[in-house]
Amino acid sequence: MDLLELARGPVIQIAVYVLLIGSLWRLLGILFLQQKPDFSEPRQAGGLRGALKVIWTRAFTAPVFKKATVYSKVLAYTLHIGLFVTIFFFVPHIVFFTDVFGVSWPGLPNNVIFLVGVITVSVALALLIRRITHPVLRLISNFDDYFSWFVTILPVVTGLIMPIRFGVRFETLLAIHIFSVALLLVWLPFSKLAHTFLVFVSRGTTGAILERRGAKT
Amino acid sequence: MSTSELDVKNAFDMESKRLSIKAPEIRYDKQGDTPDEERVQKAMLHFVKDFGTAAAAYLDSCIHCGMCAEACHYYVATGDPKYTPIWKLEPFKQAYKREASPFAFFYRKFGLKKKVTVEELEEWQHLIYDSCTVCGRCSLICPMGIDIASLVSTARHGMFKAGLVPHELHAVAERAEIDGSPLGVTPKVFEERLEWMEDEHDVEINLNKDKADILVVISSIEIQKYPAAFAATAKVLNAVGESWTYRSDGFEATNFGLLSGNLDWQRDISMRIIDAAVKVGAKMVLLPECGHAYMALRWMGANMYGKPLPFKVRHVSEYLADVLNSGKLKVKKVDKSVTFHDPCQISRRGGATQAPRDILKHLGVDLRELPNGGDYNWCCGGGGGVVTIHRADELRYKVFKLKMDQVEATEAETLLSSCANCRQNFDDCQNHYDWKYTADSLLELVADNLQEEKA
Repeated sequence: MDLLELARGPVIQIAVYVLLIGSLWRLLGILFLQQKPDFSEPRQAGGLRGALKVIWTRAFTAPVFKKATVYSKVLAYTLHIGLFVTIFFFVPHIVFFTDVFGVSWPGLPNNVIFLVGVITVSVALALLIRRITHPVLRLISNFDDYFSWFVTILPVVTGLIMPIRFGVRFETLLAIHIFSVALLLVWLPFSKLAHTFLVFVSRGTTGAILERRGAKT
Repeated sequence: MSTSELDVKNAFDMESKRLSIKAPEIRYDKQGDTPDEERVQKAMLHFVKDFGTAAAAYLDSCIHCGMCAEACHYYVATGDPKYTPIWKLEPFKQAYKREASPFAFFYRKFGLKKKVTVEELEEWQHLIYDSCTVCGRCSLICPMGIDIASLVSTARHGMFKAGLVPHELHAVAERAEIDGSPLGVTPKVFEERLEWMEDEHDVEINLNKDKADILVVISSIEIQKYPAAFAATAKVLNAVGESWTYRSDGFEATNFGLLSGNLDWQRDISMRIIDAAVKVGAKMVLLPECGHAYMALRWMGANMYGKPLPFKVRHVSEYLADVLNSGKLKVKKVDKSVTFHDPCQISRRGGATQAPRDILKHLGVDLRELPNGGDYNWCCGGGGGVVTIHRADELRYKVFKLKMDQVEATEAETLLSSCANCRQNFDDCQNHYDWKYTADSLLELVADNLQEEKA
């Protein structure tokens, strides 16, 4: 079994299992804690309606906080959109997904994806610099923050260098790219990257509780 | 240093006038002589014990973006990163990951999260108590939707069990539990004050009726500092023609069990009101102008009781808006410009933001909203028990500057609020800064402008 077969075969498979089982474990570990009933007389319906409301509304910044958060928000949104576009609209990726899930969708030209990839990495660098230099972020950051940054951006970088080659065999570069993706998948459920799914839980929780009070969400 | 030495070194100061004392040096208060190791264990145990899905979801979701700092008056006023709201929970976050999170096993097994030390908890006392009013503004900025304020309350449960509460706050909470009032207002003092106000304002104030539709409660701060609230409440209720009463066995609205983090005391204090209300067959408990009293009874009362309350709970501003909107109460027009300070626990956290605006509309005043007021209002800086903590005075004054700028920007003639604790903090800061604004009572403005007879 050569390097690429190893990456495409057992490594990525195990990574996906770890991702799924780890995520499920973390999610259930939270959801199976006690949930105390709220006996107070509700001002209005909360529950699922409130949860869905806040899951949606908290994607936007309240006007009073705009000025203070605009820099981080623009960078963060660009990073997320950049990752989304490079993952789901690069033609070879779509071929892979079609292989696995049997559905297909149109992709974007390679040079567009390359440009988006470069922007994504640049933005990630700007966010890292901010994390290191801003007094608040420097204080509250830990290993998870820096390592999660690293494993998120690694697949983008290993993808971007593929056309450049550096004299290395394409198969080897592809294998390295897949290894970096495997690392991301394995790390995700145990780290802050789990906000991929936990964001719905925490926003939903707040929405359900505060909305029934009619409090500001 | 033993605990007793610590207490002697930082003698307890409850009596001297607020403005004459200098804040003692930063110190960490401890109650009792529990060994340090045990303190930490207790703090963590009781923090983790009342952990539900909500708190776990919150602590597990933080992405360390630091935006909450920008919403916190302590950070904005000082620029000190330690006041970042989520940082105030750092030891508790650590404890959660180690003890209760889905991967706690790994964290312990591989020593990935250190055990919290008593020194850390002492240091965090300043962050959990002195520099958080539980105002919940940070909860609105968090992109993950984490309700950080609720986590601070949970952390206080652990701190209380560990005996790591600021002395003054502990003392007032203990007084509330034992004497029934944080300011030592016994039923006798309560009755005397009530009778005095009855004479002074020439109004009938109902006391200890056997049956009534409305049980009215009052805050000790009002009894001691703003007793006109007795008369104002009575005038309004008499004008509407309600069946109502105060009760000597359940008059205190404040709940320092909640503020200090003692869940048992919180329950005891709430049960006094609940028992009195059940006894008189009340259909409603009318809460006074007090912010945390609203949180304690309106939103937490039933959960202390363990089942739905057999009566409604309303803040006096909600009641006033209701009777004015339905025409049961009529007021004269008031010709002045007014700005309104929303108490955090009633508006942002409690959901009753509209009520004072309805009332002010009926009064026909020129309402000038605070810039970024309403639900996003800056806290007065005295909530959450902070105003009782003397060593936090300097910081509290510093933070109040945000409030001053906000109020001054409106150029309104009058500043109103509907929380006696906010008003108390406004008064103290007004003295400190020799400021021109006094925070007046919304209820009293209504009571002073009732239309004599319903024509």
